[in-house]
Amino acid sequence: MQTDQWLKKNTFHHSDFWDLLQLVEAKTRQGLKISLCIPTLNEEKTIGKEIVLFRSELVERYPLLDEIVVIDSGSTDRTREVAEGFGAEFHLADDILPGIEKRKGKGENLWKAIYQLDGDIIVYVDADIKNIHPRFVYGLVAPLVYRPEIKYVKAFYDRPLVSSSGVRVAGGGRVTEILTRPLFSLWYPELTSIIQPLSGEYAVRREVLERIPFPIGYGVETAHLLDVYALYGLEAFGQCDLDQRVHFNQPTQSLGKMAFGIMQTFLKRARAQGLVKELAEWETTLFQFQVKDDEYQILGTRIIEEERPPMLEIPEYREKFGRREAPAPAPEA
Amino acid sequence: MSDHVPVSYDIDEVLDRLPAYCEAAVSLRDTLLANLVMAGEIPSPTFREERRIRFLTDRFNECGLSNCSTDESGNGFGLLPGTRGKRTILMTAHADTSFDESVDHTITLLPDKAVGPGISDDSLGIAALATMPNLMEKAGVVLRSNLLLMGATRSLGRGNMTGLRFFLDHSKIHLSAGLCVEGVQLGRLSHESLGMMRCEIQVNVPELYDWTRFGAMSAITTLNEVINHVNGIRLPRAPRTSIMLGRISGGSTSVAVATTASLRLEIRSEADELVEDIGSQLKDIVDEVATRSGATVDLDIIARRNPGGIGYSHPLTRAGKAVLERLDVQPRLGPSISELSAFIYRKIPALTVGLTRGSKFNELDESIEIAPIFTGMAQLLALIEIIDRGTPDAD
Repeated sequence: MQTDQWLKKNTFHHSDFWDLLQLVEAKTRQGLKISLCIPTLNEEKTIGKEIVLFRSELVERYPLLDEIVVIDSGSTDRTREVAEGFGAEFHLADDILPGIEKRKGKGENLWKAIYQLDGDIIVYVDADIKNIHPRFVYGLVAPLVYRPEIKYVKAFYDRPLVSSSGVRVAGGGRVTEILTRPLFSLWYPELTSIIQPLSGEYAVRREVLERIPFPIGYGVETAHLLDVYALYGLEAFGQCDLDQRVHFNQPTQSLGKMAFGIMQTFLKRARAQGLVKELAEWETTLFQFQVKDDEYQILGTRIIEEERPPMLEIPEYREKFGRREAPAPAPEA
Repeated sequence: MSDHVPVSYDIDEVLDRLPAYCEAAVSLRDTLLANLVMAGEIPSPTFREERRIRFLTDRFNECGLSNCSTDESGNGFGLLPGTRGKRTILMTAHADTSFDESVDHTITLLPDKAVGPGISDDSLGIAALATMPNLMEKAGVVLRSNLLLMGATRSLGRGNMTGLRFFLDHSKIHLSAGLCVEGVQLGRLSHESLGMMRCEIQVNVPELYDWTRFGAMSAITTLNEVINHVNGIRLPRAPRTSIMLGRISGGSTSVAVATTASLRLEIRSEADELVEDIGSQLKDIVDEVATRSGATVDLDIIARRNPGGIGYSHPLTRAGKAVLERLDVQPRLGPSISELSAFIYRKIPALTVGLTRGSKFNELDESIEIAPIFTGMAQLLALIEIIDRGTPDAD
């Protein structure tokens, strides 16, 4: 599929799906089960609102969601109390698949959600969204309900106003524009059609999620795009404009760490897919500077992008979901 | 006051159902809080309430109400038809807030409270309107009268209740009573309206002003002189009268003489002639200070209310008091300058009630307690039912 064609056919706006009654009917007709996963780490200020809105609007008023589950990395604030107080199912990531060695990271929570949640479609929504609204869920789920060929729907935000020239600049955040997009442009030009490849909100079919590996840290979104693209091509993707997303901005140093993790994930796949013939082993410490008492200090942060295997390789998962067949090979080594 | 008020109905039957109404309200916690968040996060400054009204009428539509619509003044409506439908009860909350669109309207929801600009004035009132059809269904309340739910526009400040007054002036619906819903404070029972004149005093120093002249003053100093005179106005103890200096602004920086300054104030009194008299004194003060200072000093009357009410012993007031007492909430009867006066002016019995406890009223981190809201909602439902049953032609 040509990218311009894909952009026209597979790019949506949440308002395309305003008729929630119709959406619920279509979901029910297909016998689909839809689960929402909210990964958390110290989100006491925003988690309550997310749960209330989604429960009220998308469970009770329009029964689009069959379950809402919070998967937590070990919050030290009142995240658990608030989430449970507002009626959400809450799990510590460490308690899921207890026989497997424990890891910490958002990707770990997302991966364990595949085992813990029952949905045919899993929608992931970050917990730090200040202006949360039901559109963050139905805008992502609807393309999967209405278009069977779409398997993975990504969010994008902030539709800028049309300028006098009729052209508008649309794009992602800082890491997207100075790292991910240039990298995709070099080797995966089709994937540059995805406007915000690093957005933390997406809805995916289980059949896809169980086949792909999951970096447990910063690289999870990048890995998803590369692996789903390798398995199914661009036509498996959809993207939905969810208007504004208000969240707490990260400082530049944190974005540096994120970029470092993403680079590792990307290079790993570039090597596995033969895009780079020879690549020396890389270091796993990111060095950044700070000035303290007029003195320059170098700070080293160890960031290793460990990955979980495709869930189909986990026997407990195969047993729970009745998957008897041999696991599909991972898209990368 | 008119005859279509609750006069003969034994309200104990309704009061006995209050625990069940509270329970029904608690079971709708998520619905109510979701409505609060979604309505409250839509900026809705006076004169620009369209989006919040659209949200409200969409909610009415989703609840299956009839006549979901807006009028020429932008007010939003939903009608819950009664089984007889000869009379109509109007329940209203104002859709505008005192916060500009540029303010971050994000609401934070904690287990015990909700925080955000305009949350008690009156996002919670709008959420209560949006949730009332669900509550009635849950509690199994069927009315004989119609219940008209209305999000009123252009209520605050210069809005001067234009939305509600427009509706009351142009509607052909016969209203048996009105209920004005405010977010705070639970226990408030406003049954009478104070006379009120809301004014803005604007000081402008002309650009060609001779700053070298003896006694030359900045706009702030001139405004200060106005305030000193206002403070000198003698106020009687009875009828109760007050002057409230509400908002002041002026100048731009500490290194430049202020060329503009403004003050918003309200004159409030139980006697309309006193409001008029003090307003007249204010005009004299402004003229005198303008003459002496050489600055332009303008007095602009931006809102006016007439005093009146339904009285302490009116059946509706007594019903409101009885409901609160049964809910173990101390009733606080007193006057108001809210939408109530628009009803009173048209001789429609009405009350203003609050839904919960709150603090930091009209500040950016204004907050409300969640738990009392369910008591507040039960109070509303009981009052609606009492009015419905007590209306003479309902039997």
